[in-house]
Amino acid sequence: MEFALLFKILIVVGVFVLTLLVALYSTWAERKVSAIMQDRIGPNRAGPFGLLQPLADGVKMFMKEEIIPGQANRALFILGPCLAMLTAGMTSAIIPWGDVITINPESVPFSEYFTFGESKTYIVQAADINIGILYAFGVVSVGVYGIMIGGWASNNKYSLLGAIRASSQMISYELAMGLSMIAVIMMTGSLSVREIVEQQDGFNWNIWYQPLGFIIFLICAFAETNRAPFDLPECETELIGGYHTEYSSMKLGFFLFAEYFNMFISCAIIAAVYFGGYNFPFMHDLGLSDNAIAIIGIFVFLGKVIFGILFFMWIRWTLPRFRYDQLMKLGWQILIPLAIVNLLFTGLGIIVFK
Amino acid sequence: MKALTNRSKVAVDKELTLMERLYFPAVLKGMMITLRHVFKKSATVKYPEVEKEFAPVYRGHHVLKRDEQGRENCTACGLCAVACPAEAITMTAAERKKGEEKLYREEKYAKVYEINMLRCIFCGLCEEACPKEAIFLTDEIVNASYDRKDFVYGKDKLVEKMDNRIDITKRQKKY
Repeated sequence: MEFALLFKILIVVGVFVLTLLVALYSTWAERKVSAIMQDRIGPNRAGPFGLLQPLADGVKMFMKEEIIPGQANRALFILGPCLAMLTAGMTSAIIPWGDVITINPESVPFSEYFTFGESKTYIVQAADINIGILYAFGVVSVGVYGIMIGGWASNNKYSLLGAIRASSQMISYELAMGLSMIAVIMMTGSLSVREIVEQQDGFNWNIWYQPLGFIIFLICAFAETNRAPFDLPECETELIGGYHTEYSSMKLGFFLFAEYFNMFISCAIIAAVYFGGYNFPFMHDLGLSDNAIAIIGIFVFLGKVIFGILFFMWIRWTLPRFRYDQLMKLGWQILIPLAIVNLLFTGLGIIVFK
Repeated sequence: MKALTNRSKVAVDKELTLMERLYFPAVLKGMMITLRHVFKKSATVKYPEVEKEFAPVYRGHHVLKRDEQGRENCTACGLCAVACPAEAITMTAAERKKGEEKLYREEKYAKVYEINMLRCIFCGLCEEACPKEAIFLTDEIVNASYDRKDFVYGKDKLVEKMDNRIDITKRQKKY
């Protein structure tokens, strides 16, 4: 068996398990964060600090009765949460979790069973494709279909309203998101996420050059993940749950889980594109070997992502929900012009300083 | 109109200034408020493990007291039932027979004494009306039940047990 293939399989499985685990514990962290911000304690019955709560929730979801409404379109009704989950999971392929790791064939246990290629370096990433950013945007846009199909198939006016809100909101904010990302792509000259990260060596992060672009991207990320203050598609107070009103059991669980999945992925993309990914300050002055730096880098990257998730939660439990016309106004009349201005200034900067 | 506290702000429908329309200062301000709450102590009492102590004047479940020799104080005069604003108390009086002097303090006693805990508002007026210091409100909570008729408490639940005397000294007024 080829060792590179085994390494790839390990990375893919590892990334998949990690994303699931982080998304699972985001549900716990969300409740804990909200509790702490409201001077409460939060889940503390299942296990120490309520750490087994996500498992208990999962068991509860699986045990519940699964209801498909009589008037619903059965096939589409089932397809909705599947799509939401699938697209949420697909994006993690292009995220560079760490730098290259050098592995000597001699140091591998059971090395006689493996064949080794010429290169001794392996990247800690599922797929380093040269259009990584485009792929991510494409998959995220498909993600809207999960919500739309789910809401349409329910045959319920609240679900339909939620689905309409979700699709128009996500399409509107994708524009500003893409425009703010183009500024970064202009600076780096590459669509590959790994190359964007590699150019932010040490403390040379993109956020120092693109503060406005970062803020626009962050706001759009809130809107894309359907989180407060932009959680209009599922606002409980108006639409009794929005697009997932008619869903029950694990299908509902998948919809809710996909939101946390998306949040993890968008935090990972923000960390990689704006906060230097696995780079950290003074990484070359520590006098460590490249492998050690790469392994520290993986944890640094995860730390940045977890900080991002906590920031998302912090915002959620601080701000009230936007009104729908305010949301559209913010997207079309403020964020898109701002993103275009940012694009112009980035172009000017590139001409002047290069 | 005079404001009750100096924290309240009068709402005016005026144009927002540029700083206010930017929205970001307000967002940061809000985030600082939530951040400040992270360091505050939580107000939760972890109930089954930690029980919060009741105030000494807490009014719960009633008790019909006995005196030091274990005789029931109640003479079924009916003043508590008259005082009760919720009409929760009913009783039937009976005459003490020979040989029952150990059970009842005076010649008349309550054969049946019932309080409907669903009607009771725990105001404590029965306690104030009682001339014989027979009925008191304790710091015990009325238990939940599936059946409405379980809430009509008879003498079996109200009269204090000899092996489990209830201390009501903190509820006795000192003049």
